[in-house]
This record gives sequence, structure tokens and C-alpha cells, in this order.
Amino acid sequence: MREISSESITEALAEMSIEANHYLSPDMEKALSEAEAAEISPLGKQVLAQLEENLKIAAADTIPICQDTGMAVVFVEMGQEVHITGGSLEDAINEGVRKGYTEGFLRKSVVGDPLERVNTGDNTPAVIHYDIVPGDGFKLTLAPKGFGSENMSRIFMLKPAEGIEGVKNAVITAVNDAGPNACPPMVVGVGIGGTFEKAAIMAKKALLRPAGEHSDIPYVKEMEEELLERINKTGIGPGGLGGRMTALAVNVLTYPTHIAGLPVAVNICCHVNRHSVRTL
Amino acid sequence: MDRKINMPLSKEDALSLSCGDYVYLTGTIYTARDAAHKRMYEALRRGEELPFDIKGQTIYYMGPSPAREGRPIGSAGPTTASRMDKYAPELLDLGLIGMIGKGKRTREVKDAIIRNGAVYFAAVGGAGALLSKRILSSETIAYDDLGTEAVRKLEVKDFPVIVVIDHEGRDLYEESQKQYRIE
Repeated sequence: MREISSESITEALAEMSIEANHYLSPDMEKALSEAEAAEISPLGKQVLAQLEENLKIAAADTIPICQDTGMAVVFVEMGQEVHITGGSLEDAINEGVRKGYTEGFLRKSVVGDPLERVNTGDNTPAVIHYDIVPGDGFKLTLAPKGFGSENMSRIFMLKPAEGIEGVKNAVITAVNDAGPNACPPMVVGVGIGGTFEKAAIMAKKALLRPAGEHSDIPYVKEMEEELLERINKTGIGPGGLGGRMTALAVNVLTYPTHIAGLPVAVNICCHVNRHSVRTL
Repeated sequence: MDRKINMPLSKEDALSLSCGDYVYLTGTIYTARDAAHKRMYEALRRGEELPFDIKGQTIYYMGPSPAREGRPIGSAGPTTASRMDKYAPELLDLGLIGMIGKGKRTREVKDAIIRNGAVYFAAVGGAGALLSKRILSSETIAYDDLGTEAVRKLEVKDFPVIVVIDHEGRDLYEESQKQYRIE
């Protein structure tokens, strides 16, 4: 049994909160600069240039890339031979988010009750997904999620007869409805199969895949490429102000499902597709 | 067309702006987003005054991240305007002349823009660090308890925005998407 202290988890998440909100991963930076080169709309090009400049300022002057520093979504991949010492894992995670968002001058965007809507003042609680895996590894992934794009995300419970065309149309519908609201160029995460909630979690996880990488399943890879091409024909463009660079990536995950169902979840993320990964 | 405009926006300037214009704003603007709009709406229902005189003013839909020491404000990009659509027509009828945000507006908001000779600008979503550099000062003037959602008075310099809906009701999102769509 390997022991990991709750304190080290808190420290890691505090640092990850600050890191994720100031520095975008190299794959996303590369995707943005390639989009700027490829964009044919002058205004779209100008928007993309502003976004690249924004990334430089964020890193150089330690200003969050986006003022919506998100709700903290945390994926925990924990080996079944790991024992957490010094307190509950959930408390350790929330304490890390609290520390990072307070000490890092990040925005507190969480309300304690969805209808009473009083800000919790420290951006907690996080949304936490746990995976128990074999071995004694421990991996944390933090993906702060802004709600401009989260609000435009959708779930479709399709009929099996609607097939792959139904799935593609669902994704295109979600992207078209999102339009300028989701701060394009977007990254589109798609979860196909499983149950209602499994599809949604897969769509969120799909956003973690580095831009430019594809599914290992040949037909899924093909679908990702086709969807990206179709999305970039919608004309929405950077900032929704017209152009060809509407999405930077489409990432699809699949899972077995029920004989009666074909769930499709589309989780839309803006170009500020943040994540930070640590192995303890 | 690139233009520099002083804020508050004059009636003449508002009427001279066309959908697609790239504009740099300098002067005073106010921030208000979801919770502040709800409070202003409730204040109006009770027959109370708004926390600032909105006649001829521009509201920026924005809730900043906290300012680091020695800086006026943190990251400061636009939030999605459609969540304010329920409240915007009434504010426009009360004299609000400009709105800065991102994303589509309803028919009702467009009609109120046309009726009042107002304008809706978009700032680039997700460019909060860059935009914060164009804000010279920030002062919380109402609803302090709302934190990031409080009403702030900002002084901006060369703050970059694009006219999305002009006083004639033309909508850049609709026009430009059509221009670049491939059937």
C-alpha cells in the first residue's frame, strides 16, 4: 500500500489552478497559431491575432487568460493500492482549489446553491470525477471550465436507427446553436454511447485530449476529421464574426451502450481549453 | 473601418456606427452582469432609482478576476450577453445607449436598439488579459457584496470592440456567417 498525504494533493491542486489559468498547453497554442495562418476572413485573422497576443500578456504579466477562470473540474485517477493519509481526499481537493483561487487572484465564480445563488467566495466546491485503477499510481487532472461555452453544451438521446449521420448532425446542431456565444474557435468534446451521464463525462474527458491527436478507432478518427471540416464550413469563425476557423479540434470518445439507445453528449469548450496534469 | 470614439457615447456617434466597424473606446463605461441586472430590475419594480444614471451610458457585461497589487483590475473580457436579454430592452428605453458583450441578442433587444438609436458592441471573448491592459481604473460603485458581479465604473483607453448590432438593426453575426458559410 502506497501512502499519499492529503497535504501534497492540496499543494498540487493549488499550483495547478494557477498554472492552468495563466498558461495554455503548447498544443492549444500551436492550434491557435495554425488557425491564424489558415483563416481567410480579415476580421477573423485579427481576432486570432488578439488571442495569441492575449496568451503572451497572460503569461508575461500573470493575468488570467480569461476572466472566467472557471469551475474547477478535477479528474482523479487513483491506483487501488493507494492510501490517502491526513484527511479526506475530497476535502484535500477542495482545499487546493480554495488556496489556488484565493492566492492566485483567480475569479470566484461558484454559487453555493443553484437557485439561491450566493457566491461561495472561494470557487469551491470543485466537480470531481474519480477513477479507481489497478496499481499504486495517482494522477490529478484539473480542467477549469468556463461557462460561456459550458452553457452551449448539449445532450441528445438518439434512436439507434439514427446511426452515424444522426450523431454527426447532433454535433453540428450543437455547434451551430453555440455560435458566437461559446467564444470560437472552439474545441468540441463528444461522448457517444454509455448512459445519459456516461456520455456527458466522456464528452468532458474528450476535451482533455491534446489538439491534433485523434481516436485510435479508425472510423472514429474519420468522423472527427469530417466533423471538424463540416464545422469549419458553418462560417461562424473566430469570435463568431465570420470565417473558417470555427473549431480547432473535435475529440470523440465512445463506450458500449444499451440495445435501445444512442446517447450523444457534446461538450463545447472555448479556445481557452485549459488543463493541468500532475502525477504524485 | 477603424475608429476612435470617446465615451460616454454621444447620440451622434451611436447613429454613425455601422455593423462591422472596428472601434477603440476611450472614457467611462460601467460593468454589470447577471446578478447586478437582476438587482437593477428588482429596484425598478420597487420604483427605486438605479445605482447610476444610465442615460447615455454604456454597460460592459463583464465580471473581472481580482486585481493584483498595483493594478486597476484583473482579467477583464466580455461575458455572454444573451443572459442580459431579459433586462436590456427596459434599460435601453431608460436611456442606455451602448452594450458591450459577446454573442447573439434576441429580437426584443434588437428592436429596442433600433427604437433608441443604440448600439451593441462585441469585445473578443477570451482576451481578458489583453483587454485588462486597456482599463486604466476601476471603482466599485454599487452591489459590492456581489464580488465580481458588482457594478463598476471603468476608465478605458483604446478599448477594442466591434459593432455587432447597429441602430438599423443590422447584425454582424448573421451577415458575416452567411458570407463565409460553405453549403
